[in-house]
Amino acid sequence: MKSKLKGAQTGHDLLKRKSEALTKRFREITKRIDEAKRKMGRVMQIAAFSLAEVTYATGNDGIKYQITESVRQAKFRVRTRQENVSGVFLPQFESFQMEGTSEFGMTGLGKGGQQVQRSRETYTRAVETLVELASLQTAFVILDEVIKVVNRRVNAIEHVIIPRTENTIKYINSELDELDREEFFRLKKVKNVKERAAAAEELERQKRKQREDEKENNEGATKSEQPDGDGTKNVLGDEGDEDLIF
Amino acid sequence: MALPQSAYKDREFLAVIGDEDSVTGILLAGVGHVTDPPDSQKNYLVVDSKTENSVIEGAFESFTRERKDIAIVLINQHIADKIRGKVDAYNEAFPSLLEIPSKDHPYDPEKDSVMKRVRKLFGE
Repeated sequence: MKSKLKGAQTGHDLLKRKSEALTKRFREITKRIDEAKRKMGRVMQIAAFSLAEVTYATGNDGIKYQITESVRQAKFRVRTRQENVSGVFLPQFESFQMEGTSEFGMTGLGKGGQQVQRSRETYTRAVETLVELASLQTAFVILDEVIKVVNRRVNAIEHVIIPRTENTIKYINSELDELDREEFFRLKKVKNVKERAAAAEELERQKRKQREDEKENNEGATKSEQPDGDGTKNVLGDEGDEDLIF
Repeated sequence: MALPQSAYKDREFLAVIGDEDSVTGILLAGVGHVTDPPDSQKNYLVVDSKTENSVIEGAFESFTRERKDIAIVLINQHIADKIRGKVDAYNEAFPSLLEIPSKDHPYDPEKDSVMKRVRKLFGE
């Protein structure tokens, strides 16, 4: 039981430390999300502006339609990687360009090709920022979940398992103490009885001794006092009494 | 809590729900993908003033729940506002949902569902 308590306490310490490490990481990520979101605002603005340039250069809105309709295969894709933070796997998105699928090759061939190209680059960078932000955010969501679970466990151990074990240990201890006291009391009783018996025996022995002594004395006295003929016992039994003188 | 590999292994596309400008720009970066026919599905949705909310919700549902090949869903913030309840209720790790600003609507960190949670956690 004691070892169980010890185990619970060790587990509690470890989990608490884990929770602290995760929370630290979590705060870091939230800060970075905050920054990244603001950065995203700026980047998207620039990108939108570059698109406006494209529209202006090509001179018509048809380009947008052309782009949205000519989509076939994704060139820009993401790959997921894992990162380990104190036993928690956080995914990280990694963007990469698919080779061999060149899109929008003909877009803006007539006019504004340069603008289209530049806008494309701007947007690629913007989307890369977004991917970064997305991985931060995913980490945020997962960490949030994990921290909740870990904290729940820490609290469960701290407020339920440890007190319960302690109570059990206390109960066992008090029971053992009780047993100890009973045993002690029993021993005392036994000793008492024995002492009394010993005392009684002693008394008995002394009495016997006394009697024997007396007998011997009496025998001696009868032998010595026999010639007097006064060997009869004093009937009154006041041998030890002093004579009263009036 | 390690997520199973299958939860994100095949996810490699981004999905976009946004107004014409945002979608065009992001598609220009090479994000767009149309699956092979016969059941060809686009991974983007262009929303204009005439688009019904139910259509947006349908696209959102299909991107977040049905399709298993999407890693990130990008949605314009003013469109996310239209289906705010659904966006706020969504808290899965995959695909991750990202609210992005659009040309006409500057980014407002107060409305973002994740930023709201950040603020809540820091007690602001």
